Amino acid sequence: MEDKNKNIPAGSGSKINRRDALKGLATVPVLGAVAYGVYKKKNYERFLKTTIADELGMSREEPATPAKSEGKEIRIGLIGYGIRGKQLAKALGFAHPTMVDSWIEAAEKNKNDLRYADFKAQDDLNVRITAVCDIFDTYGTMAQEMAANINREGTGGKMGEPVKRYLNYKELIASPEVDAVVIASPDHWHGPMIIEAARQGKHIYCEKPMTWTVEETYTVRQAVKESEVVFQLGHQGRQTDAYLKAQEAVEKGVLGPINLIEVTTNRNDPNGAWVYPIHKDASPETIDWEQFIGPAPWHDFNLERFFRWRCWWDYSTGLSGDLLTHEYDAINQILKLGIPHSAMSTGGVYFFKDGRTVPDVLTTVFEFPKRDLSLLYSATLSSQMSRGKRVMGHDAYMEMGNTLTIYADPRSTRYAEKIKQGIIKPDEPIYSYIPGKGADTVTSATERYFAGRGLLYTYRGGKRVDTTHLHMKEWIDCIRSGNTPSCNIDQGFEEAMTAHMGTLSYKHHKQVFWDEEKEQIIV
Amino acid sequence: MTVKSCNYTTCQTTWLVVLRVAIGWHFLYEGLIKVVNPGWSAVGYLLDSKGWFAPVFQAMAASPGVLSAVNFMNQWGLVFIGLGLVLGLFTRLAAWSGMLLLAFYYLSHPPFVGLNYALPAEGNYFIVDKVMIEFIALGALSLFPTGKTIGLDRFIFRK
Repeated sequence: MEDKNKNIPAGSGSKINRRDALKGLATVPVLGAVAYGVYKKKNYERFLKTTIADELGMSREEPATPAKSEGKEIRIGLIGYGIRGKQLAKALGFAHPTMVDSWIEAAEKNKNDLRYADFKAQDDLNVRITAVCDIFDTYGTMAQEMAANINREGTGGKMGEPVKRYLNYKELIASPEVDAVVIASPDHWHGPMIIEAARQGKHIYCEKPMTWTVEETYTVRQAVKESEVVFQLGHQGRQTDAYLKAQEAVEKGVLGPINLIEVTTNRNDPNGAWVYPIHKDASPETIDWEQFIGPAPWHDFNLERFFRWRCWWDYSTGLSGDLLTHEYDAINQILKLGIPHSAMSTGGVYFFKDGRTVPDVLTTVFEFPKRDLSLLYSATLSSQMSRGKRVMGHDAYMEMGNTLTIYADPRSTRYAEKIKQGIIKPDEPIYSYIPGKGADTVTSATERYFAGRGLLYTYRGGKRVDTTHLHMKEWIDCIRSGNTPSCNIDQGFEEAMTAHMGTLSYKHHKQVFWDEEKEQIIV
Repeated sequence: MTVKSCNYTTCQTTWLVVLRVAIGWHFLYEGLIKVVNPGWSAVGYLLDSKGWFAPVFQAMAASPGVLSAVNFMNQWGLVFIGLGLVLGLFTRLAAWSGMLLLAFYYLSHPPFVGLNYALPAEGNYFIVDKVMIEFIALGALSLFPTGKTIGLDRFIFRK
């Protein structure tokens, strides 16, 4: 295959002859082939997409960006400035200057650490924290300094007026300077504080679980219903975009009949197991121990019980109240399940043998016979193997977290035809929702757990927002408009009774039932 | 680098052009697929970077401004390099630019022992991977130019 014209000097002469043109343009047709390939591929994808989208009928929009909070300033009293109290204050737009310092420093070290930028960018809710209450002096003082930090600044920034610290929650609630209270106390104080605030006509945002005992749950509901106050229970999962999409999928029957749901807790660090650090300043002199005990059985002063109260039934509701409630509320939001017909729990203290009374491994099965459905909750505090939230339907199953993914079941009735045609592939999602694909580094295993559970951040209009911020914003907006928040007293009652059923079953080693007529738990 | 005129047999020219067009096709298709998918972003790829230069690539992902520039240059870079190689247009520049892009890909995801990536590889690689082979092939093509024989460079670089 020798060619005499092998060495063609780049265009010989000034005229382009036919040979030159052919050789120069020889590879142009390749472009046509590439273009045809891209066109075919896009067409095929579009065909699959529209065919599946038509079949599912799911909307394509992101959940709407909430409107800016407007209206008169609301004056808030914060009860409890522990771990959660600090997070709630942050969600309202307030942080201690030293905390802001630490975020600035973290952002300088790691560009992916967006906590400072997120905090500065968080919407102004037009609220003021006018009163704080904590029974540990150090936290009380820090809460005052936090509330005065109205410009979201670090140390040395311009602070606002000093804020009064109350030594007793009743005095804070009674203060004429307080329109609404945020309750971030230990579980055994939630009920009494809600009742007091409702009777005093103060709006309430209370951390989950709503109550510590079954009996007070009725009183809490009555007190809130008899008042005019706006009540929101702290299940911020209500604001997670992916859950709103999941609700739509269930309402549109994308999953078909749903008979089994599995929700889980998978943690594996001391912080996640409630072994929180003990503050160096803590002592009988700096802590109002009697007030801490309150309705709980008496116990002598004990720092572990004060800082790690979640480990004892005396003050806590254990896994049921702390973590099952988030999982249950997410499912209740999507499927409107209400209180289960029965609950059966097993488990034990298997790993953290540190004197705690609440289990670190717990499995609870709730039955909803009217809905032909079982809800399984399975929790461990000694393994981080992520098991997610899975809603299993006959036609499709759904994995929920910050993202939402739906897969068709290979044996589905509804999708059988499209599976046969190769339009729906059971090993590829038929629907997935990934809100704002931003870069994110989370700091601890527990935080990663929260992020994966949709409990930390969600995206609105492409902007990363803290779900707790959105949940508190909804409450504030409802106070101004007179509307009802998404996790109101009725959902709270369902949440509390469901959690109590799980706990009672664990404690009594037997299945417990809900009497719908009498609204009673039968042990 | 100077390359004097090359004397190839037709067979040699043919295989060199086939190699050039094939690599060009790969670049062009990779580029066009990204261009026609409005949601495409290099962010996941950059964040998954490992090895010595990982901090550099992760920093690119962290800054929204840099990220959108990287996205833009990557997709259109791929398209133009692909066009250049397929058409034989500014062939050597296209080959060198392609090598630069491939070097970035290689350094961001080096196939070294102990580094595992989120995106699964379809084969088994140790130090030498397909990115490196494509890089070497472009290096060879830049030294055995064919654009002035079969390609638009024939018209551009007329004497």
